[in-house]
Amino acid sequence: MVEVISRVEVPIACEDDVVVVRRRVRVLAGQRQLDSFAVAAVTTATSELVRNVFVHAGGGKAILEEVTDGTRYGLRATFIDEGPGIDDLERVLRGGYSTAHTMGLGLSGSRRLVDRFEIETEPGKGTCVKIEKWAPF
Amino acid sequence: MIGSVPILRIGRTLLLSIQLELSDAVAETLQNDVLLAIEKHGTSSLVIDITGFDFVDTYVARILAETSKMARLMGTETVIVGMRPEVAATLVRMGYTMEGVRFALDLDEGLGLLGHVIAR
Ligand SMILES: Nc1ncnc2c1ncn2[C@@H]1O[C@H](COP(=O)(O)OP(=O)(O)O)[C@@H](O)[C@H]1O
Ligand SMILES: [Mg+2]
Repeated sequence: MVEVISRVEVPIACEDDVVVVRRRVRVLAGQRQLDSFAVAAVTTATSELVRNVFVHAGGGKAILEEVTDGTRYGLRATFIDEGPGIDDLERVLRGGYSTAHTMGLGLSGSRRLVDRFEIETEPGKGTCVKIEKWAPF
Repeated sequence: MIGSVPILRIGRTLLLSIQLELSDAVAETLQNDVLLAIEKHGTSSLVIDITGFDFVDTYVARILAETSKMARLMGTETVIVGMRPEVAATLVRMGYTMEGVRFALDLDEGLGLLGHVIAR
């Protein structure tokens, strides 16, 4: 059973929010005994996913949660938007594909950096990406 | 200074030590300003110190790689120094190895790579 210790919702409305959200994640992750590699990983993934919400969907929100399963701590971050959604999710998750002519490594790369990665997207409706990073045993 | 990023000159080398967290907009401005500084000072090499970065996402990594390529087109060689272990691990795990960019462990090694001889 995963228990939520704290929960905060942060709007993603402008480019500066990329910095704001990843800073909060960095602080929360550091507080919860994640090691420096895990902190860098979840901060980087957050930076990519918040930027995606802003650049590809024009805005949305992030929900940041400190979680525990009784033996260890983790951080869960959910990025939600009501933008255009992703048409070819499989292709995007393979990496190297971008409709913005950028790296195309944000989603595929973030997925490799975290312990849990879930994405739900519907063309015309929006996208929701949930990630978790846990402190080691 | 470029914004709040100090630029130091060592002979014909320009040293850029970035100690602040870069927003996307600032990163792009910084890229342009570095190129202008290269032209202004007539430098033949550029060292970018990223010791201050505790994470680098694909956006900042791309700006760094691009800056190096742009400087090369102007005849200036770039070395990026001081990448932290966490940053190196994260970038490779994401699948971005910044091909075509030169790296060195620290400032000393970076300057050595560019032909500066540091007296010990
Ligand atoms: N939140 C989102 N809403 C709509 N499309 C998205 C979203 N996130 C990613 N995408 C789509 O997936 C592609 C790949 O995203 P990503 O891997 O982050 O690379 P990049 O941002 O460099 O394009 C984007 O070009 C875009 O088409
Ligand atoms: Mg992206």
